[in-house]
Amino acid sequence: MIWNKAIEVMAREDLIKLQENKLQKTLMRCQNTPYYRNIFKNNHIDPCSIRTVENVKHIPPTTKEDLRKGFPLGFLATSRDEVVRIHSSSGTTGTPTVIYHSSKDIDTWSDLVARSLYMTGVRNGDVFQNMMSYGLFTGGLGMHYGAERIGSMVIPIGAGNTKRQIWFLRHFRSTVLHIIPSYALLLSTLIKADGLDPRKNLNIHIILLGAEPHSEETRRRVQDSFSAQAYNSYGLSEMNGPGVAFECIHQNGMHLWEDAYLMEIVKPDTLEPCKPGELGELLLTTLEREATPLLRYRTKDLTYIMEDPCPCGRTHQRIARIQGRTDDMFIFRGVNIFPIQIEKVLMNVSEVGSNYRIILDRDDFKDTLRIEVEIIPELFFGDLLRLERFQERLRGELRSEILVTPEVVFVEPGRLPATEGKAVRVIDQRKL
Amino acid sequence: MAHQISVFAENKPGRIEKITRLLTEEKINIRAITISSANGFGVIKILPDQPKKGYDILRSNSIPTYLQEVIAVIIPDIPGGLHQISFVLNKYNLNIEDAYGFVVESGKKAVLILQVENQPQAQEILENNGFQLLSDEEIYRF
Repeated sequence: MIWNKAIEVMAREDLIKLQENKLQKTLMRCQNTPYYRNIFKNNHIDPCSIRTVENVKHIPPTTKEDLRKGFPLGFLATSRDEVVRIHSSSGTTGTPTVIYHSSKDIDTWSDLVARSLYMTGVRNGDVFQNMMSYGLFTGGLGMHYGAERIGSMVIPIGAGNTKRQIWFLRHFRSTVLHIIPSYALLLSTLIKADGLDPRKNLNIHIILLGAEPHSEETRRRVQDSFSAQAYNSYGLSEMNGPGVAFECIHQNGMHLWEDAYLMEIVKPDTLEPCKPGELGELLLTTLEREATPLLRYRTKDLTYIMEDPCPCGRTHQRIARIQGRTDDMFIFRGVNIFPIQIEKVLMNVSEVGSNYRIILDRDDFKDTLRIEVEIIPELFFGDLLRLERFQERLRGELRSEILVTPEVVFVEPGRLPATEGKAVRVIDQRKL
Repeated sequence: MAHQISVFAENKPGRIEKITRLLTEEKINIRAITISSANGFGVIKILPDQPKKGYDILRSNSIPTYLQEVIAVIIPDIPGGLHQISFVLNKYNLNIEDAYGFVVESGKKAVLILQVENQPQAQEILENNGFQLLSDEEIYRF
């Protein structure tokens, strides 16, 4: 069940030695980049003096903004000729961030993805329907290369076009899906509308969920609706893409590949290190990448380290599923709320559908929080009182999770906008 | 036994229009309708001439709809007509959950639709007390 035995179950002390060795090489590579040369110089840091993993804390963290400012070549550590591919974030909020990859970088990345997929049970002989978009986005190509390396038959169908997705699912009897969780739930509804039972008429065994933080409750819904195992994954384009951390068959936290990434969890405001088990922002340092080495990159993702050993025997530490992002948190009447907290409550009640919206508004200088959920036709019994009680129950459950009482609005199924891509859940209409 | 369909609807313009349009397209006639609303949503109860067909058409348009049995009973359209029924039900301690009615012959005959907690028992009691209960078809004979 292990792809790379020498690395995946390596003793912790050896793994840390390996990290320190690779960290040195990475720091040397960083000296080739204009950005880090400046950082070292301005902060009087001698990269040779940073020999232990603890000592990386002396280096100032790198932010997405720094990456943008470094465009186009500020972070390139090799010659242009060694770069075989670039990937880029969507750039909806400014200049896109660009990551350069050498041939070896693509090779390392593919192997990390292969290792991750193998861990969930993907094998040679599987039919791998890759429903993530191909192109500058890393989700499609990253998983594609890893799945090919295992020897699965990859269907590079990309995102969207549900009718065609279903056609391939049926005719190639796809066994593995790589899909955005919100789309997985929409897809199961659309398969049913097509007269097929996704649990019985298809051949899906493994569903790899990515590109969208989601709750345990959403995972269970995906598993139930396809009668398959669903695995959470973690990655970001700045750290290659998919294959940074992945769940094993125990589905309890994601093993972060520590031979390729050095992780720290810090308090987002002070950058002080968190204790094991304490929630904080994940910082990552690349240990393998040649073309674009990054030091202490601020992922903005909030998680914590799960210290207890995993029964699978892998020694790479696990991070908990992403609990939120420092930038998707919203403040409502002084309370910090992450959308994923609301999702957790909603996906745990069977009476509501999988699509929902969180709407923030301002009414006479008072903020309002409205949560729109779809009523499931099968669970409607024609009873007003019963619905009112259910509405009251939902309000109560949400209040105990987010500490404020939202307005809960029931809508008819199909009345909320559905998307084949990442779902837009939060609409903030408050004008300051 | 008669049947009614209950429909979930958001409390927003156009929702009743959509429901009645779908029923119109299938040439389904409505004998009676009631709407009760709560916090932002409502339940519309419809007594149609073809309940199963009405239910199917609304459900296939993914509108939450529920088909259920109700008691349809003939009462005289005179003062105290409704009291005759409530008197009997009260005697047996049966609670009325919902009720609505319509006149079929002014000053003579009305139909009362009842949702009672123990429907089979209520039905039996009413019949034993001489009330005439109607089926879906019979409601439409008037």
